[in-house]
Amino acid sequence: MDEIQSLLQGFAVALTLKNLLFMFVGIVLGVVIGVLPGLGGANGVAILLPLTFTLAQTPGGTTTAIILLSCIYWGALFGGAITSILFNIPGEPWSVATTFDGYPMAQQGRAGQALTASFTASFFGALVAVIMITFVSPIIAEFALAFGPPEFFAVYLLTFCAFIGMSKEPPFKTLAAMMLGFALASVGTDTVTGTLRFNFGSMLLLNGFNFLVAVIGLFGIGEILLSLEEGLAFRGAKAKISPRVVWETWKQLPQYWATAIRSSAIGCFMGVVPGGATPASFMSYGMARRFSRTRDQFGAGQIEGVVAPEVANNAAGTSALLPMLTLGVPGSPTAAVLLGGLMIWGLQPGPLLFAEQKEFVWGLIASMYLGNLAGLIVVLTCVPLFAAILRIPFSVIAPIIIVICAIGGYTVNNAIFDVWMIVVFGVIGYAFKKLQYPLAPMVLAIVLGDQAEASFRQAMIMSQGGLSIFFANALVGGMTVLALVMLFWPLVPWVLARLRSA
Amino acid sequence: MAENSGARPALRYKSAEVAVALIIMAFSALIAVESLRIGARWTADGPQTGFFPLYIALILGAACAVNLLLALRIKPQANPTFVQVGQLKLVLSVLVPAAVFVGIIPWTGLYLAAVLFIAFFMHRLGNYPWWKAAAASVATGVVLFLLFEMWFLVPLPKGPLERALGVG
Repeated sequence: MDEIQSLLQGFAVALTLKNLLFMFVGIVLGVVIGVLPGLGGANGVAILLPLTFTLAQTPGGTTTAIILLSCIYWGALFGGAITSILFNIPGEPWSVATTFDGYPMAQQGRAGQALTASFTASFFGALVAVIMITFVSPIIAEFALAFGPPEFFAVYLLTFCAFIGMSKEPPFKTLAAMMLGFALASVGTDTVTGTLRFNFGSMLLLNGFNFLVAVIGLFGIGEILLSLEEGLAFRGAKAKISPRVVWETWKQLPQYWATAIRSSAIGCFMGVVPGGATPASFMSYGMARRFSRTRDQFGAGQIEGVVAPEVANNAAGTSALLPMLTLGVPGSPTAAVLLGGLMIWGLQPGPLLFAEQKEFVWGLIASMYLGNLAGLIVVLTCVPLFAAILRIPFSVIAPIIIVICAIGGYTVNNAIFDVWMIVVFGVIGYAFKKLQYPLAPMVLAIVLGDQAEASFRQAMIMSQGGLSIFFANALVGGMTVLALVMLFWPLVPWVLARLRSA
Repeated sequence: MAENSGARPALRYKSAEVAVALIIMAFSALIAVESLRIGARWTADGPQTGFFPLYIALILGAACAVNLLLALRIKPQANPTFVQVGQLKLVLSVLVPAAVFVGIIPWTGLYLAAVLFIAFFMHRLGNYPWWKAAAASVATGVVLFLLFEMWFLVPLPKGPLERALGVG
């Protein structure tokens, strides 16, 4: 039971006054970010990341910094449910399934009940995922210590092929967005040889495209432009949660234990795979409906219809940190930004982190337990406040968000050029979103591009240029085969249809 | 139609798809050519610096070629509006001031530019009276200044206004 002991030490690290303070600040900021249009988890963390540079340099500061940023993530996950239920606006794609039953409940005047159920379900899902992380990640990290460049490249390959297999966007658009990300990542200095490339003589491109700048532009400005087009006028249900409603709802929740366990299993499993949170929430909504006795009332305001997707998406969102911590491969755009943060602070994510930065890792894991508990308390008590934010007119909120995005972009490298890039990435994000080019694989490719390339080239050097090294043993071969299966997965329905018609 | 001109399509999906595919293809060609120029072969110490990007560019180009073909096969009756004239005007009415905002930062500093931008936005798009817009934007500017310069100790670009006030 080494894990328990490490976890207790982690609690000792996380439970300082300073860390608890940053935890609450992070949760509140996260919920606000999750509620506001144009600011999501990934983009909010990206904007605040540069502000943690100085914080991370103080002793124990990296732990405080990661607690702040990860709590923003948990807060944003909680906050997404508020807009879905009260305003029928899913802040993130994985909150879409929550609107199916959450919004009808709010219209029937049961908003408090829906919110309580959704927050409690989110907490449950996250808790299951954190417990899984506590016990599974040391094993995976230990296992991954033996990984060489071919194995790491196979993991990257699997990650990116999973996007093509799992995303609901057209496969060739997913591939194009991803490769565009890799191409952008290769601009600047070649990390293996140190030579300059693709800067076309420009000093501004010396360091390449920063992923933070891309994230802020793609998700922030792009989202603002999109919401503007819809002429956003928020009209939502009033929300008030009284202790009595909370209590009444909690009394009803235990009867959905089977749904909760099933959904958290789906969430934990799918969350480890990149892009898994959205399919996980839809899948568990579908499963809950199939197994429910009140099947035909789904979509008309069933508590179970709120519980199922919320458990799953929070479980998935949380377990996305498992591959990030153990392998250095993030499972979601927000996890990718957190990973980028670790690298900026000088920590190398991956299996060695568990051996060399014990305090940091276990402090983070302990803070996940505490952060989610803090999150539950904050959202249950402050919902009316957060809902009020959405009533601020868009013409006031939008320019402020654009200014904050600009500041976030500037602080990355103290360069005006980056602010321009944010505007450019904003337009790209707007066009891509409308044309169904997925943004998540592009962001992941920008973050991981250099490492994927380095591991590929090192593997190639090891094998003298033979691709057979990716099938050299059962481990790397298995991952490569799985990756190829994922890659060609979109062809399956097509082949089946062909066979059936023949 | 005159009063309904805002709902006219400014651009349809087919054109948008084709345009994006062509732009990305051009980018992939640029990367591919540059990769070949800086060397994408094998040398004694392994793959050259353009080796990996060349393959990325080739896959990117191929994927875009498929997307281009798919887009060209969109039939006229199945070609919905990508963006309406009214929507495009709204988007541009944000994008252009935002670009101006970024453009004037080197001269005015970030804070003054932000105050002007927020005030303009509120007055023009939110139809707020100018004094309300001015009050709200100046307040935001002051809060941002306190937040970043004092609390986070992150210096942002400053201009003549801050120097005149003796805080730049």
